Amino acid sequence: MIKLKGIKKFYKTKTGLVNALNGIDLEVNKGDIFGVIGYSGAGKSTLIRLINMLEKPSEGRINVDGSEMSTLSKKALRDARKQIGMIFQHFNLLWSRNVKDNIAFPLEIAGVPKRERERKVKELIHLVGLEGRESAYPSQLSGGQKQRVGIARALANDPKVLLCDEATSALDPKTTEAILDLLVDINQKLGLTIILITHEMHVIKKICHQVAVIDNGIIVEEGEVLDVFRSPQMAITKDFVKQVTSDSESEEAVKLIKQTYPSATIARLTFAGEAANRPVISELLKQEAIDVNLLEGNLSQTQRGALGTLTLLLDGEAPKVKDAITFVENQGVVVEVIQHASEPVS
Amino acid sequence: MLQNLFPNADWAEIWKAIIDTLYMTAISVVATFILGIILGLLLFVTAKGNMFENVVIYKCVSAIVNIFRSIPFIILIILLIPFTMIIVGTMLGSTAALPALIIGSAPFYARLVEIALREIDKGVIEAAQAMGANKWQIIWKVLLPESMPALVSGITVTSIALVGFTAMAGAIGAGGLGTLAYMDGYQRGNRDVTLLSTIFILIIVFILQIIGDYMTKRLDKR
Ligand SMILES: Nc1ncnc2c1ncn2[C@@H]1O[C@H](COP(=O)(O)OP(=O)(O)OP(=O)(O)O)[C@@H](O)[C@H]1O
Ligand SMILES: [Mg+2]
Repeated sequence: MIKLKGIKKFYKTKTGLVNALNGIDLEVNKGDIFGVIGYSGAGKSTLIRLINMLEKPSEGRINVDGSEMSTLSKKALRDARKQIGMIFQHFNLLWSRNVKDNIAFPLEIAGVPKRERERKVKELIHLVGLEGRESAYPSQLSGGQKQRVGIARALANDPKVLLCDEATSALDPKTTEAILDLLVDINQKLGLTIILITHEMHVIKKICHQVAVIDNGIIVEEGEVLDVFRSPQMAITKDFVKQVTSDSESEEAVKLIKQTYPSATIARLTFAGEAANRPVISELLKQEAIDVNLLEGNLSQTQRGALGTLTLLLDGEAPKVKDAITFVENQGVVVEVIQHASEPVS
Repeated sequence: MLQNLFPNADWAEIWKAIIDTLYMTAISVVATFILGIILGLLLFVTAKGNMFENVVIYKCVSAIVNIFRSIPFIILIILLIPFTMIIVGTMLGSTAALPALIIGSAPFYARLVEIALREIDKGVIEAAQAMGANKWQIIWKVLLPESMPALVSGITVTSIALVGFTAMAGAIGAGGLGTLAYMDGYQRGNRDVTLLSTIFILIIVFILQIIGDYMTKRLDKR
């Protein structure tokens, strides 16, 4: 659906050239929710704005649904843009228009007749759950409601692609969940391809099928969300994964336990998809004669299955502990040993 | 009672003067609104980083606006005499004051328009572009509606200045309350007529302010 090839983007500034993107290759399949995550200044906004040519690439090619975006005439580009919806961190609604008229705005631009506009607006208001607020002005809406208007507006011309630039970053956690649920709903109902950028890993975890990690203008890691969570390769990816699989409190607790039991083995297990549903631990206890102590656990859902982590303290004879780890690994669980059993000093 | 307070007032004359002042103000406000918006839009869209970025046009319009804004109004009227003679055919009467009134206030209003447009959130313009809006649609559907309260409060300020300009034009024969105050009041030593002219000018200004504030409030949905 969307192909980026060899994309580079430089900005000329007074102090010199800024390399916002340094060679990006990306492919997004039809119907996927594709997440791009990175820290501030990594180039996320630049990347997403290239897709609808709000920003022109310095080098490289962008293909959206078969059209080569950078070769389009101005008129053709405007038509192509009607097929690409976009929602923004700060909503960017017209405050001079009420909810209905904001949603009708892209339809007016596309020259849709009044009656058809009204029908479509009604349908969209229902889709995003804003019935009863049709005549409210943006200033009378909460952040979550504003983003619903933004989403309805982005969908007005039945686009094939939806671009989300930090769509939930200005919202509180509960509203964020609701908006993310709405995006999944739209993705499934309308078969829309969604690209979203964020700096919050839990957004990726909750709704994305694919994820790319961007750092300093290049994609450092990319793949199925579950795979990336199961075995992140790069340090930056590991940091992002930690955002959702462990909180600082349990990190502290584990540290404390490490001090209390310096001779035990501590391992973090990551279950993803299939493995999360199997009774791995009870089988482990049946098979191996060791003591298992649960330190910390965490389970959550992604679009492609469950994702869980468990931090265990394993106590027993060294070879048995080793066997236990091998056994768990053979069940398709990723094991990271945080602390090795030290040989007792004699 | 009124006859005792203002013994020299000729009410038919006063009524005519009020009508003349209202006529000059109304026409010049409408013309200033249109011309000022055109010039202000031109300044905004040709400025650096905007839709029709063009340094040459921006600098030219900006220079013209600054020059006309800086000329004192009384001198502007005199400078424009040849121009007024060509398009109106006379230097006397209310209509003859219009070119100077409009040329004197449109540049001032154009700057207010430019400032109002710059206040618009860039993100909203960008959202419209992302929807495939063309430049005219952005002007008509985004720039003007989104800045309308500021445009209206700007024209309110300008129209009050214009009432002052009509009085100045009145001193050199444009008619209206200015002429009344100067010719009938000052030159013939009828203080009561001068006072009466002032009262009516103040009433007009207050009414303009009230209307302007009301419309601004009605339009502002922020
Ligand atoms: N118009 C511009 N002119 C100059 N430099 C720019 C411009 N836009 C972005 N940059 C630079 O490009 C780099 C990437 O910016 P970008 O906005 O894409 O980051 P981001 O990942 O979206 O960050 P954030 O999470 O803070 O929004 C930054 O170093 C930024 O300073
Ligand atoms: Mg950004």
